[in-house]
Amino acid sequence: MSFWLLSVIKALVVLAVLLFTLIYIQWVERKVIARIQRRFGPHRVGAHGLLQPLADVLKLLTKEDLTPPHANRFFFVLAPFLSVALALISIAVIPFGGEIEIFGIRTTAQLTDVNIGLLFIFAVTSLGVYGIALGGWASNNKYALLGALRSSAQMISYELSLSLGVVGALLLAGSLSLRHIVDQQAGYYFGFLPRWNVFQGPWPQLLGFLVYLTAAFAETNRVPFDLPEAETELVAGFHTEYSSMKFAMFFMAEYANMITVSCLATVLFLGGWHPPLPQAWGLQYAPAPVLGLVAAMLLYHAGGAPAGKQRLSMQIFGALVGLAGLAFLWAPVRQLFSPLFWFAAKSGFFLFLYIWVRGTLPRFRYDQLMNFGWKYLFPIGICNVLATGLMVALWG
Amino acid sequence: MNVFLFLTFAGIAVACAVNLLVQRHPISSAISLIGVMGSLAVLYLLLGAEFIAAIQVIVYAGAIMVLFVFVIMLLNAGEEERTRRSKLARVLGFPLFAALLSQIVWVVYRPFASGPGVEFGGFVGSTEALGRALFRDYVVPFEVTSVLILVAIVGAVVLARKEIE
Repeated sequence: MSFWLLSVIKALVVLAVLLFTLIYIQWVERKVIARIQRRFGPHRVGAHGLLQPLADVLKLLTKEDLTPPHANRFFFVLAPFLSVALALISIAVIPFGGEIEIFGIRTTAQLTDVNIGLLFIFAVTSLGVYGIALGGWASNNKYALLGALRSSAQMISYELSLSLGVVGALLLAGSLSLRHIVDQQAGYYFGFLPRWNVFQGPWPQLLGFLVYLTAAFAETNRVPFDLPEAETELVAGFHTEYSSMKFAMFFMAEYANMITVSCLATVLFLGGWHPPLPQAWGLQYAPAPVLGLVAAMLLYHAGGAPAGKQRLSMQIFGALVGLAGLAFLWAPVRQLFSPLFWFAAKSGFFLFLYIWVRGTLPRFRYDQLMNFGWKYLFPIGICNVLATGLMVALWG
Repeated sequence: MNVFLFLTFAGIAVACAVNLLVQRHPISSAISLIGVMGSLAVLYLLLGAEFIAAIQVIVYAGAIMVLFVFVIMLLNAGEEERTRRSKLARVLGFPLFAALLSQIVWVVYRPFASGPGVEFGGFVGSTEALGRALFRDYVVPFEVTSVLILVAIVGAVVLARKEIE
């Protein structure tokens, strides 16, 4: 098959999965946070509120698109487009799995393997600041401007720590290609401890991982670093004046960034698509019982649910998950989807962590945020780089 | 394909550069400059210097221009006012500009006049090779430069600091 056709098909598949995750991560977030706060969350539109995201999209599409007077019209429109485009681009270099073969066509489960993949992602995220800064400035609103300024300062400060956290993993791999970084994390110590970068010798990247994770929360403007949109002091921060589809675009950009950062954490520190235990232990059979367990739980709880659409939907989803589990017993499906299963499981864990943290931690004060970034996170990152460099030079 | 990409992005770079001068609002000029930086990065990429291209975007478009935009936003600079241009500039401006441009073209073109010239992907030097060159062969100039920058930062802090009585 020609290169172009294959690329287009792969791009469409990745885009479809990304947008689906983008929409439903919001449903998951609202449900989980509701449970943390002992509420039910959305449950009116569709069974369990499953159609709530679609209703939200419809609402945003049909709302009036306001442009405030005295706003700089060009930049006001440009900012959300810039945000969402830059947020969606970086998924292109993330490797989701090894080589796969479908209908006799061999390809990699990745859109493009750039030999500077990591730098590409940093280049794109460093441009992401403009969407927020321009949006806040062009709104001609003091709260929006303050939010934009805070956000720019915060993103510049934490980008440094983010890069420093990653450098350790780079030193261990000796390459900027994300695929190469994952390949180099294959294998196991003592037959059971995975050679993921968080465990890998000569200097395990636990510190670098924590620095990266903390900086990533700040970089995506999420709780506890969501000062740019601190509603108690700044109304809604940089997107105060945005409504309708333009607001939805900022929203999409935030969640797309979250997904990218989670995927990157998986790739850089948790061994990408490599399973947590050796294949010889039967790990390739693990997805089937895991999915089977989920299906059994869904079907069990369906018995206790009130009759009607709630019970019906739980039965349907239980059956679907059960079928997916059964499909994993079939060798071709297992080989194709096992790496994707592990990748999705690890990235899903990070996405859940985002939601979990949002449900439990309060917001930082602005001076605390800056102090923390420059006086703790940054020196820790530098120490980690120095230690890793020394260890790699001595024993690498 | 390469020629098409080169012409496109060279055109965008020049257009953005002209736009930078024509625009009256500082923010518009700053954004045009980012356009110039971005197109230059693509040109580096066409030459095969992918590391330099990425650094161009991260450092110039991502870090330095953010500070520019930041300062413009903080100072809330409005549109520039146009003064009536001086007669001298009107008479001499264009010839002097042309002279300068031809001089630059001559200096840049001279090394390639006899040789085969530049080719797409002709830049030899991976990220590794660049790192080796910087931190082994040219480590002294590299470190001296970083000390120079450090001195500049300290100087800026000293100048900006208010005297505490």
